[in-house]
Amino acid sequence: MFIINCPYCGEREQSEFKAGGEAHIVRPKQPTELSDDQWAEYLFMRKNIKGVQFERWVHVHGCRKWFNVVRDTSNDMIKAVYKMGEKPPSI
Amino acid sequence: MKNNYSLFSLLKNAFSYHENWEKAWKDPEPKKEYDAVIVGGGGHGLATSYYLAKKHNMKNIAVVEKGWIGGGNTGRNTTIIRSNYLWDASAGLYDHALKIWEGLSQELNYNVMFSQRGVMNLAHNLQDVRDLKRRTHANRLNGIDAVYLNTEQVKKFCPIINTSPDIRYPVLGGTLQRRAGTARHDAVAWGYARAADEMGVDIIQNCEVKGIKRNGDSVEGIETTKGFIKTKKIGVVTAGHSSVIANMAGLKLPLESKPLQALVSEPVKPIIDTVVMSNAVHAYVSQSDKGELVIGAGTDDYVSYSQKGSHDIIEGTLNAILELYPIFSRMKMLRQWGGIVDICPDASPIISKTSIKGLYFNCGWGTGGFKATPGSGDLFAHTIANDEPHKLNAAFNINRFVSGDLVDEHGAAAVAH
Repeated sequence: MFIINCPYCGEREQSEFKAGGEAHIVRPKQPTELSDDQWAEYLFMRKNIKGVQFERWVHVHGCRKWFNVVRDTSNDMIKAVYKMGEKPPSI
Repeated sequence: MKNNYSLFSLLKNAFSYHENWEKAWKDPEPKKEYDAVIVGGGGHGLATSYYLAKKHNMKNIAVVEKGWIGGGNTGRNTTIIRSNYLWDASAGLYDHALKIWEGLSQELNYNVMFSQRGVMNLAHNLQDVRDLKRRTHANRLNGIDAVYLNTEQVKKFCPIINTSPDIRYPVLGGTLQRRAGTARHDAVAWGYARAADEMGVDIIQNCEVKGIKRNGDSVEGIETTKGFIKTKKIGVVTAGHSSVIANMAGLKLPLESKPLQALVSEPVKPIIDTVVMSNAVHAYVSQSDKGELVIGAGTDDYVSYSQKGSHDIIEGTLNAILELYPIFSRMKMLRQWGGIVDICPDASPIISKTSIKGLYFNCGWGTGGFKATPGSGDLFAHTIANDEPHKLNAAFNINRFVSGDLVDEHGAAAVAH
C-alpha cells in the first residue's frame, strides 16, 4: 500500500486508484497491415520491469481521470507523476 | 546411495539424538559446464531436474537458485492441490499432476504429507451456479471426479459455513473434488531436491543468474554470481521473476508480475477438515496440520516485485471470511506475507520452447502453480530433453499469444486477476 499524488486531486491512498499497466504502448496506426506477431507484441507482450517502470493509473474512486506514474516496482517508490499527453520525465 | 527413510532409520537415529542424519543434499560448487541448467530452485525447478535425471537420463545437470531452495513461491503458497479446470488442455495438465501427487511420497521416499481432504468451490449467485455446473460436467467428461452440491449438501460437508439466505452473498451451492487436497509445500521442494541430488544433480544455492550468453540464435551459458557456467540448454522456472530473466536474453513475455498475499491464524483445534474456496467473494481457507487457518487473499492489480501487497486486499478477504464463517470472528492472525506471481493474459501457464535455441521457459502459473508441481516438472523435463513439447503441454506453448489459441482459465483459476 502506498500514496499516489493524483495530478488533479492530490495525495490519496493507492486503493482509490486502479493500475492500467505499462504506459506509452502506442496503438498501431494501420491495424489492418499488422502481422500476427506485431499484434501479439501490441496486445500481450510486456516489459514487466523490475525497477523503474512507466505506467498508467486511473483515479477510479476520485476524479476518474487517467494519468502516468513513474514507479520503482522493486520497492513501490513513486519517482514522478505526469498527466496524459505530457512528455515523460527523464529518469 | 542414500539410506532410505523408514521407521527403522527413525528409531536408529533416535538413539543418537538425531544428530547423525546424513545431509539430504550436497552443497556443491558449480562445474564449468553442464548438459542442462535449470534456473530456479523451487518445486517446479527441482522437479524438472529430478525428471530430467530419472526419465531422460540427463545426469550432468544443475539447478541454480538465487536464495535457498523452496524459499520463493514454493514456501509462500497455500498448498492447495486440485485439477477441476474447465478446458480439455488444462484438465489434462492438472490431472496429470494430481495423478503423480497420489504416489509421490512413495516415489521420493519423502513424506510430502499429501492429504486428499477434498476441495469445495462455492457459488454465490446464479451465474456462479451455471458456471460451476458447467465445469462439473466438463470435468466428468475428462475423467476428473467432480460433484455439484446444493446448499444443504454444502452445509453437511462443511458445517461451519454460514448458509443463511440473508447474508450478503448467500451460498447457493458448490462443487466438490474429493481427490483434491493439500500437501506440505517445503517437503515437496526438499523431497525432490534429495531425490535429484541422489541421481547426481548439482543443486547450487546462493547463485544468482546475472546474464544469459547468446551466440546468435542459441544459448551458450549463464553468467552467475558464482561465475560463468557453460551449457547448451537452459530451463527457466523463476515464477515472478521470469520476465527479468527473459529480458536478459532479449525476450519479452506476455506476463505481469503482481503481489499475491496469504496469511495464517493462531493454531487451534481441528475445525475445518477440507479446503473451501470462493471465487466470487474471494476467500479461501483450509487448516494446516499445526492447526493454523491458512487463508489466501487476492492479487494487487499493479506490477510489483516488492513481496508485500496492500492491506486493503487482506481486509476484503477477511471481511468475506467472517461473513462465511462467523465462528472465526475472534481468531487472531499470526503472520501475513506476499509472493510475486507471474500472470498470463489467459490465466494459463507457459511450458515452452522459445525463439532462442536451447532456452526454455516454464512460467505464467500465476496464482495457482503449486498444485501442478510434479506434472509441470515432468512435462518441462520432457520438453527440454526432446526439444519438443509433450502432448499434454503442447497447448501451453508461447506461440498461442500469436495464433490466438488461448486457454482461458480465468473462471477456474479461483483467484480473480
